[in-house]
Amino acid sequence: MAHAANSQNAPPESFFELNEHGHETGSSTMLGFWIYLMSDCLIFAVLFATYGVLGANYAAGPRPEDIFELPLLAVNTAMLLFSSITYGFAMIAMQARQTKMVLLWLAVTGVFGALFLGIELYEFGVFIGEGASPQRSGFLSAFFTLVGTHGLHVTFGIVWLVTLMVQIQKYGLISANRRRIMCLSMFWHFLDVVWIGVFTFVYLIRMI
Amino acid sequence: MRHFTLFTVLSLPLLLSACGDLVVLFPDGDIAARQRDMMLIATGLMLLIIVPVIAMTFWFAWRYRAANKAARYEADWDHSTKLELAIWAAPLLIIIILGAVTWVGTHLLDPYRPLDEITTSETVDTEGEPLVVEVVALNWKWLFVYPEYGIATVNELAAPVDRPIRFELTAESVMNAFYVPTLAGMIYAMPGMETKLHAVVNKEGTYDGFASHYNGAGFSDMRFKFYGQTPEQFDAWVEEVRQADDELNQQSYLRLAYPSEADPVRYFSSVQHGLYQRILGMCVQDGKMCVQEIMNIDNSESSGEEEHVDVDRLRYETFPIDEFGGHSPQGATAPASGRIPHTDRMLEGDREDGAGSIAPSQLNRSH
Amino acid sequence: MLANTDLSRFIFGRLTLDSIPYHEPILIVTFLGVVVLGGALLAAVTYYRWWGYLWHEWITSVDHKRIGVMYIILAIVMLLRGFADAILMRTQQAIAFGGNEGFLPAHHYDQVFTAHGVIMIFFVAMPMITGIMNYIIPLQIGARDVAFPFLNNFSFWMTAGGAMLIMISLFVGEFARTGWLAFPPLSGAEFSPGVGVDYYIWGLQVAGVGTLLSGVNLLVTVIKMRAPGMTMMRLPVFVWSSLCTNVLIVAAFPVLTAVLTLLSLDRYAGTHFFTNDMGGNSMMYFNLIWIWGHPEVYILILPLFGVFSEITSTFSGKRLFAYTSMVYALVVITILSYLVWLHHFFTMGNGATVNSFFGITTMIISIPTGVKVFNWLFTMYEGRIRFELPMMWTIAFIVTFVIGGMSGVLLAVPPVDFTVHNSLFLVAHFHNVIIGGVLFGSFAAINYWFPKAFGFKLDVFWGKVSFWCWVVGFYFAFMPLYVLGLMGVTRRLREFDDPSLQIWFVIAAFGAALIAAGIAALLLQFYVSVRDRKKLIDATGDPWDGRTLEWATSSPPPQYNFAFTPIVRDLDAFTDMKRNDFRRPGDGFRPIHMPKNTEAGVILAGLSTVCGFALIWYIWWLAALSFFGLIGYAIWHSFNYDRDYHIPADEVAETEQAYASLAAGRS
Repeated sequence: MAHAANSQNAPPESFFELNEHGHETGSSTMLGFWIYLMSDCLIFAVLFATYGVLGANYAAGPRPEDIFELPLLAVNTAMLLFSSITYGFAMIAMQARQTKMVLLWLAVTGVFGALFLGIELYEFGVFIGEGASPQRSGFLSAFFTLVGTHGLHVTFGIVWLVTLMVQIQKYGLISANRRRIMCLSMFWHFLDVVWIGVFTFVYLIRMI
Repeated sequence: MRHFTLFTVLSLPLLLSACGDLVVLFPDGDIAARQRDMMLIATGLMLLIIVPVIAMTFWFAWRYRAANKAARYEADWDHSTKLELAIWAAPLLIIIILGAVTWVGTHLLDPYRPLDEITTSETVDTEGEPLVVEVVALNWKWLFVYPEYGIATVNELAAPVDRPIRFELTAESVMNAFYVPTLAGMIYAMPGMETKLHAVVNKEGTYDGFASHYNGAGFSDMRFKFYGQTPEQFDAWVEEVRQADDELNQQSYLRLAYPSEADPVRYFSSVQHGLYQRILGMCVQDGKMCVQEIMNIDNSESSGEEEHVDVDRLRYETFPIDEFGGHSPQGATAPASGRIPHTDRMLEGDREDGAGSIAPSQLNRSH
Repeated sequence: MLANTDLSRFIFGRLTLDSIPYHEPILIVTFLGVVVLGGALLAAVTYYRWWGYLWHEWITSVDHKRIGVMYIILAIVMLLRGFADAILMRTQQAIAFGGNEGFLPAHHYDQVFTAHGVIMIFFVAMPMITGIMNYIIPLQIGARDVAFPFLNNFSFWMTAGGAMLIMISLFVGEFARTGWLAFPPLSGAEFSPGVGVDYYIWGLQVAGVGTLLSGVNLLVTVIKMRAPGMTMMRLPVFVWSSLCTNVLIVAAFPVLTAVLTLLSLDRYAGTHFFTNDMGGNSMMYFNLIWIWGHPEVYILILPLFGVFSEITSTFSGKRLFAYTSMVYALVVITILSYLVWLHHFFTMGNGATVNSFFGITTMIISIPTGVKVFNWLFTMYEGRIRFELPMMWTIAFIVTFVIGGMSGVLLAVPPVDFTVHNSLFLVAHFHNVIIGGVLFGSFAAINYWFPKAFGFKLDVFWGKVSFWCWVVGFYFAFMPLYVLGLMGVTRRLREFDDPSLQIWFVIAAFGAALIAAGIAALLLQFYVSVRDRKKLIDATGDPWDGRTLEWATSSPPPQYNFAFTPIVRDLDAFTDMKRNDFRRPGDGFRPIHMPKNTEAGVILAGLSTVCGFALIWYIWWLAALSFFGLIGYAIWHSFNYDRDYHIPADEVAETEQAYASLAAGRS
């Protein structure tokens, strides 16, 4: 039994760690941020579920095949996928401690992100112009909310990215900044994964 | 009374303590009685474990109190495989039995299941057609439509004893639940949707019915009487309703649907054909598209592109209920508010124009 | 008057002078009371020059112990508010018979029962358990703080901000009149156009962010910051139960956030998620909110299961029986709590197979729960039980909770649920488990750990008065509700016709009065204990012969908790240390690395609260300003890299010596 095992006579002071070393806080941050992303993932899960339930409630209004335009969507998806790749290059540059290259790749990532957002907003504008606004039907409410929430995340990611670039410029690739780059990397790839879900379940399946 | 013994034994303490109307334990409807039996079986099963646990709590607490130095003291005893097996197995066994009972009982007493030989005891007449009652939960009153007799009532429900009843329920705007404790438990009534409840009453009498899902200011007064009657009495009751002056059609329904609290009983001698279907489809107002039709369009293969539907036809227009409930600055106490006590309000009689409503007067505009 | 001009609409949104309910005598009296008491409090703080102390030592503190205490204070303050609502309801229902309308019109009464539920769950029970977890977890795992101390401070202020929005609704505008889960379509813009539901939404959203982040924080703390040697199977049961709770928080609260966002989109943007027409589906709201709501029940109760385990073991002077069973039971409950949500609406017309599936999964949860009860019993078996206050609460809990559990399993049988769903039987059931479990557990925890937090024990006499008033009051208040439920009386009713019901409501009101006495005695207990703190002092840091690490340090613990990180060799780590004649090292102290206090948390939370208020009242400029202020401030704060410091070794040595000499002198 557990108790019997440890009643051997240990020196009384071995109950305390006398030569303590500073703990690296970085791994806690990464784990914490990962858990936060998982909870964010659940928000998307709810929105996906909502889209699943309301996705066919057109209220005698526009249907997916009436409004979705796959070519534009393909371009859009490509933007986001490219941005993930370029973020990967930023990470490689960070490992090599090349501050300039990190900044360059982050800037490219930000531009791709902004293009993605721009195309998405243009798409939304066209839909609303055609009378397919979020107020038109349950299907459109769910569509705009799911895609819009993803878009909001990208917007937030870009704001973060710009802030981070200023911080790298100012303080260099210190450990706190490297940690932040890694967190943003997780965030950015997470958005990419969510987008693949959106692309598949919201657009592709409804068009086939 | 097949469950007589079990029932007597288990409910004895309650019988002694509360001789009031424990309608859930003493219902006069076969379905409610069977639900009650389920409750007693489940209670009995659980008491097998609950009683020893409570007894052990007190016994251990007393026996092993610090002052009692005579009791054994085993500071490091923390494991016993046999005991642990037992404490997992005991509740598991109970739950296996209870789970089986639940599975069978839930299917047997499914509110959607028509009453037949299996679901009812001998006294229920399953030969003829069930009595169909279409129920609409309005703010804040109940509308009952009897399609077989072409009549409708507000806040009063009647049925002949031993004849199965099939309730078909929907709501006008806010969700609600229909509950006659003596009949068969409750079921939600939701706008644009239909739920069903099968029940029977086995004894003549006057029973209470409730709205049991909170739906705004007039919720407390949204009750009605349910009469269990002999076939003769029921026929007489139907006849009486047929003598009423009012008819239920689109216009009178829309007036009726206007929110009001503590409504008196009302009878309608006739009901416009298909009105309930339109209520269910949320399209009583002319020019509105029914839910069924919208769903047909949505489910059809072709896209709706060629035919643009006017959005106004899809919107469901109903009445605001927000200003009810004594919002006006009258002070909070009943004597100060000048509001008529509930029982008097009941006697005030018909008020089609809302004149007797306690709502602020600016709301009593006619629609 | 500015009213009805475009300018005033722009500046104040829908906020006008009419929004102040000065015509409600009850509210005016309450408001005056708040003004007088609050004014006196502020005056005292100013007079004694406590502002600086409060700001530097508490409001901006990132010390998990301070934050834990603030959470518990918030919970107790909100308990008073929530209980005032309960008294109003009990009185109304006791007198509103046969034509007498009582003293609350529907408009007021409906807000009262909504506020009661919301406050008790979100702003009493949640802060209470979060506070207890915050205080105890780092101490029990031998850590110096939580994983993210700044985030902890921010979480607390977000919770407080949400509570503040709910409190403001009392005096500015109104609260929701929808019931505590705000089911649509009733809570939609069409049927509840006022600010009530918006207060509900934004109060919960602001507080929800705090809860979620605190969940992430504590989860990482347990995973990453355990003392060396503390394997997962050597975690104190309280930490295990907290771990499960925080897993549930992280996995459930996003669902609440999402569903409330959808509801607010319906209300603000005119979408059609839960509307009756245009393709909305209100049944989806029921499903989504209960997918959060049922795990929430276990979020509340699990940490208290842990508390009872610790207390039973300590006061029985015995190792916890079947620790492994206990842990597996916790994990099983955690997982199963996601598979039962539908039992909250068996009556919606689901098929029999669906209903029986969810009914049976619900019953299965009672198996691990039953195992836990047995484990507590067999921990008491062959123990030496000291009936201190925490143990008394534990016994009361076991008996009460078992009864509540039984009525819960009854409700899990769908045919039974059909007859008593939405009735007072249901109300009695969940009060039976929440009061019997969560509140009794919180009081047990407060009595158990108070000496650790403040260095002196709580007064026993007033503690016992409070205990008996609460326990007896509870039975008087809620057993009649079971009977009323069996009489077919449904919940949320404001007035009644049948005079035979009245006696039961009167008995229940009497019970509520007893509980009021219990609360008063609790407050007196605090007062008397503070007054007699010299007499009640505990210099040893270990007043109960404790078994876990929190008792291995001084009471109150120093800011850094442990001068040297303890090494764990057994489940009952401190008992193991005591048996082996451990000695605290007297020298060789090193500087200790600690996080700095920061005002960022309270500022961010304040801006969020202002933003919430502006959105409630449609004051768009203020909403935009505070939102961009929030983002801007967060960015600005991220430029602050200087967030920690070292406590010099001398200072550590001084603190430790003071404790050693105090302990030597007094014990």
